[in-house]
Amino acid sequence: MTVSENVLDVKNLVMHYRTRKGPVYAVDNVTFHVGKGEAIGLVGESGCGKTSIALSLLKLLPTNADILNGEIRIMGDDIVPLPEKKMNKRRWRDISMVFQSAMNSLNPVFTVEDQILEAMLEHVPHLSEEEMNEKIDSLFDLVGLDPSLKTQYPHQYSGGMRQRAVIAMALSCDPDLIIADEPTTALDVIVQDSILKQIRDIQKELNMAMIYISHDIAVIAEVSERVGVMYAGKLVEMSSTENIFHNPIHPYTMALMSCFPSIVGEKTELVTLPGEPPDLLAPPPGCRFHPRCPYVTEICKEQDPDYKEHTQGHYAACWHPGGEK
Amino acid sequence: MAQKNGKTLVNINKLSKLFPVGQGIFGKADSFVHAVSDFNLQIKVGESVGLVGESGCGKTTTGKLITRLLDPTTGNILMDTEEGPVDIALLKGKEMKTFRRRVQMIFQDPYESMNPRMTIFDTVAEPLNVQGIGSMSDRETMVADLLETVDLVPASSFLFRYPHELSGGQRQRVAIARALIIKPDFVVADEPTSMLDVSVRTGVMNLMQDLADQFDVTYLYITHDLAVARYMCDRIGVMYLGKIVEIGETEDLLHNPKHPYTQALLSAVPVPDPTYTRNPIKISGGITKPVDPPPQCRFYNRCPLADEYCKTHDHPPRKEITPNHYVACYHA
Amino acid sequence: MTVVQNSERVLEPLWRIRLKLFARGFKKNWALFAESPIGLIGLGVIVFFGLIALAQPILVNTVWEPKVYDPINGFDIEIPYHPSPPSARHLLGTDVLGRDVLSQLMYSSRFEFALGLISAIVTVLIATTIGAVSAYFGGLVDTILMRLVDLVIMVPFLAVLIVMSALMGVGMIELALVIGILSGFGGTAIVIKSQALSVKVKPFVDVARVAGGGHAHIIFTHLVPNLMPISLLYMMFVVTGAIFSEAVLSFFGLTEIQMSWGLMINTTQVFGYLMRFDTWWLLFPASLSITFLCAAFYMVGRALDEVVNPRLRER
Repeated sequence: MTVSENVLDVKNLVMHYRTRKGPVYAVDNVTFHVGKGEAIGLVGESGCGKTSIALSLLKLLPTNADILNGEIRIMGDDIVPLPEKKMNKRRWRDISMVFQSAMNSLNPVFTVEDQILEAMLEHVPHLSEEEMNEKIDSLFDLVGLDPSLKTQYPHQYSGGMRQRAVIAMALSCDPDLIIADEPTTALDVIVQDSILKQIRDIQKELNMAMIYISHDIAVIAEVSERVGVMYAGKLVEMSSTENIFHNPIHPYTMALMSCFPSIVGEKTELVTLPGEPPDLLAPPPGCRFHPRCPYVTEICKEQDPDYKEHTQGHYAACWHPGGEK
Repeated sequence: MAQKNGKTLVNINKLSKLFPVGQGIFGKADSFVHAVSDFNLQIKVGESVGLVGESGCGKTTTGKLITRLLDPTTGNILMDTEEGPVDIALLKGKEMKTFRRRVQMIFQDPYESMNPRMTIFDTVAEPLNVQGIGSMSDRETMVADLLETVDLVPASSFLFRYPHELSGGQRQRVAIARALIIKPDFVVADEPTSMLDVSVRTGVMNLMQDLADQFDVTYLYITHDLAVARYMCDRIGVMYLGKIVEIGETEDLLHNPKHPYTQALLSAVPVPDPTYTRNPIKISGGITKPVDPPPQCRFYNRCPLADEYCKTHDHPPRKEITPNHYVACYHA
Repeated sequence: MTVVQNSERVLEPLWRIRLKLFARGFKKNWALFAESPIGLIGLGVIVFFGLIALAQPILVNTVWEPKVYDPINGFDIEIPYHPSPPSARHLLGTDVLGRDVLSQLMYSSRFEFALGLISAIVTVLIATTIGAVSAYFGGLVDTILMRLVDLVIMVPFLAVLIVMSALMGVGMIELALVIGILSGFGGTAIVIKSQALSVKVKPFVDVARVAGGGHAHIIFTHLVPNLMPISLLYMMFVVTGAIFSEAVLSFFGLTEIQMSWGLMINTTQVFGYLMRFDTWWLLFPASLSITFLCAAFYMVGRALDEVVNPRLRER
């Protein structure tokens, strides 16, 4: 590859956690890319490795986790070998993150303004104090908060406002890529709706790349242009949102689409997927989905399918894409 | 099939529950949260009624009142018995124990709703144990049979394991088995699937429906998720700050919502279809705590239709606009 | 729906299954406990003292002549001067009154165990009951029990013991009870109550109520089993406190106990040998034993803490 057009290129990423009972491969050989200004959705069930990917991209891994293999290129530079000191400089400026629990990412003893200022002083120190203050005001406007609230403490905010403040903080250093990890999961639908709208608008307006992580395919459908589906540490399918929802080829994605209830359209019987997601301490051999797959054959039990392009831009890891024999 | 004879199983009248806030040293509260206020609901034998609302709307408190985990401040809950409707708040001693046999509850969190020091057998057998039903070996067979009915097969491989050795979906199946083991008439399910992963959730929802028919159970299904309520319930009641603002047959309510809050809630639910465009929602702001609410419509300060009439009048009474479809709004 | 096939199900008798489950749970907890060197050292020391406590009566009846080696009434007439330094006949020498120090030490350790365990069991029984009941019922019951706890915390138990020893003799059982009731349970009850409060709000307690479980059912099947680990932990710390308190009291001669480590030091002090390092065998065996056994129970407690609180465990 020559000069990359992509904001993010992840290649063959392998990450594991060392645990008492043995290594857990939470991210196993994952490859994807995010183009400039593109919104990607990552969807999967709890424990499928979607948050682990996010933490790997920021290199914010706990001490018992290691990246074993692969490349993470941000604007073309591989960040995997970067030492912590240099990585720290890139966080927030090149890549930033909105976490699920806003209360944990805000420090209760500082005002929201101070916390955003602190991040800016660290990463964009060339700005004057006035510029920073202006920037904070415009960020508050952008995320739909009244700038006069900036001198308040996090506990004075409601849940939705806190999440907006965290988004403002993530945007404070004009990152090229923002990762949003279930930012609306703890919120009620009406608040969720307005925050989703805000996120979508901001992403378009700033032409910023985004990875939106969620377990809720309905939310993913709202915010992303392309969707990756994860299962048991692997990316099993990735394509345009259209394709994933209307023309999925991996049996897991197919099942996922038919087991989600909706309030629009005809009321349909929901399909039950047998079994449970595998224990990552002892994943099944071959394709990790094979014990639950309706199209399973001998080869699925023995060999892990390659993750490859099936049609233009439609990647999947399956021996029987679309259920074909 | 459950006996749908049109008989009312549970009749809730003017139910209110107030929680004191800002309590002083001498126990004198200066204000109250009206968690549930003037709540009316009739549940017929064999139907599944959904209670839908945002967090803090009082739906969980309602569930706890119906199972008598809490006592109402005012109002009553009448439960149909052989001797006619009985106010459950007045039950004592033996009658209370019989009531406990008829009403069971399934909780949201499969990790917290089981004693970590009790095996699956002890957990499921607990209701039999406290009700004194069957001998020890009877109980063992009953529990094993029921575990297999909820698809925990073979039962012998689950009986003597501890909750932490099971996955979330399996635990919720155990919780369902525990609720059904004494063959109740009525089960209050408080968000039983909201903590489960999608691929396991459908299985649990389908199981609950199958069991409703098999065991003649009437459900009150409490959830924040309208899509789940649509799938599980015959009727849906939408709650806002302690009151039902709209209630109707599921499809009728979803297709012809009349209350501005229901309309907002419906258009806020994301749809798993990228080509679908939702109606924009008209309300703003978030839900507040109903601490000593003023005598006007609870939805007044967020309502797009609010006018002087709503401001000066009490919370609107519930009226039937089409058969079985009730709305509490002056503008509906 | 699955067809139930009863014939396939071979069920073992319940008690055997429960025994197996208990054994499995014990094994798992032992594995966790064994990871902590502190705990293993502590346990080793406790076992060592346990063994010498058991060995003493056997030795007295076999190798040791009771007349000479009896810890309380023995006297070695073959040695002209007492206290005598360690020798082949008396491995730790003899005390001022001509008694064998090793035999005294071994005899006392049996007694220290009994004292420590009795007072610990008393404390933990009272504290767990008060904690569970007061957390479960709350309100007036809670207020009354907590004021009782406050009272017990405030009572200066040393003063009570001094008065008691003046009015009546304080023997081993009395001492164990007083230490059990007065010294430990206040603080322990508060800790256990706070734990009970966090168990009480768990949904499984609500489930039990919905099933028709009464107060006793909930307290004994749901609250208490979940409090046992922390109770056990506090038991270890109470043992430490009890042994230490006894040593202090006996040193001041406030008890009617005939032989204990504290009393050994007391005897040494009464005859003016306390600050003389040339007669070290009169002071060090007893005082080191107190230190080691107290430390051992504390160490076991610390290791148990890691078993009980998963948060303290490293991944």
